[in-house]
Amino acid sequence: MATHDEIEIEVLRYHPETDSEPSYRTYRVPFAHETSVLQGLQYIKDRLDGSLTFRWSCRMAICGSCGMMINGVPNLTCSAFLREYHPGKLRIEPLAHLPIERDLAVDQTDFLEKLASIQPYIIPAESKAVDEGPFTQTPAQRERFYQYSECINCLLCYAACPQYGLDSGFLGPAALALLHRYNSDSRDVGKADRMPIVNAQEGVWACTLVGYCSEVCPKGVDPASAVNRNKVISTLDYFFRFMAPRGASE
Amino acid sequence: MPKRSNEPVFWALFGAGGVVAAFVLPALIVVTGLAAPLGLPSPGVLSYERVSAFAASLPGAAFLFVVISLSLWHGFHRIYHSLHELGVHRGLSVVRVLCYGTALAGTALTAYLLVTAI
Ligand code: SF4
Ligand code: FES
Repeated sequence: MATHDEIEIEVLRYHPETDSEPSYRTYRVPFAHETSVLQGLQYIKDRLDGSLTFRWSCRMAICGSCGMMINGVPNLTCSAFLREYHPGKLRIEPLAHLPIERDLAVDQTDFLEKLASIQPYIIPAESKAVDEGPFTQTPAQRERFYQYSECINCLLCYAACPQYGLDSGFLGPAALALLHRYNSDSRDVGKADRMPIVNAQEGVWACTLVGYCSEVCPKGVDPASAVNRNKVISTLDYFFRFMAPRGASE
Repeated sequence: MPKRSNEPVFWALFGAGGVVAAFVLPALIVVTGLAAPLGLPSPGVLSYERVSAFAASLPGAAFLFVVISLSLWHGFHRIYHSLHELGVHRGLSVVRVLCYGTALAGTALTAYLLVTAI
């Protein structure tokens, strides 16, 4: 790469087997116009300190594994560029609110369990053999859920959410957005199964509509809107549950 | 199965109060805080006699009850959640009782005063 300048990158380091607590180490990294923050970290790992640990895969904002805090803001390091921070410096930390596994890699277990709990797949009314053809849908029906299906599970929204930071029992933005994605799909009949999760205090009701989740999402998903639509749905469910026809929830 | 939250009750009151706070309160502030003291549209428009007759009429009492009680539920719900955000967690149930208790007491007091005025 044609390098022009150098930039200082301060990185949070923590190896739980040797370090009693996290500390910061600063590296000087040469960069060109097109050098991403992720490439800056790779430069450090390849040339300066091979023990630096971080996750990445696609380098094109698709896999969702390179999310970190850049100067306190949750971001995908592969789609942020070092030039944006020059002549200042960068401080890179693991995603906020999540336990550190090692250096910049966080433990995703909590989210993965929550994701599994919402049954993130279409539950059809009756299963169909492949040769019976696909389940069809109109463009308007697809429009109702499409943006929510764009989620790449990068967890930037969990690092942004102050309520998740205060109490990680909260199901959180992405899991609720994905729950809404399946509940609002015309091919799915799993809503009755998923509503108890929505209706709980740890479901939509831990949210106070801060809205930062939707601001940081790199894929244009609007988790805050999914949560608030479900506050309305949950409220209707609360007041009208006794009026539903007998056996409707079975 | 996760326990169903009772939050929809408070959230519905909060939402209804939000509508009042957004649409009715600004108009009331203009009328009672600016126009009336300036003698608009006519001097004495908010005289004691006129206002107490308004409060003693059924539509007037209903209007005042809705505006006062829903604004209280709206405001205290917001305060309760903001305290949580500011880090008041311990004793949050005490805060909860204080917040919603005040809204409830304000609602009851408003209802009592209006009913005895009619
Ligand atoms: S909703 Fe957006 S920010 Fe949250 S995990 Fe999905 S893609 Fe990332
Ligand atoms: S490396 Fe895949 S999203 Fe950044």
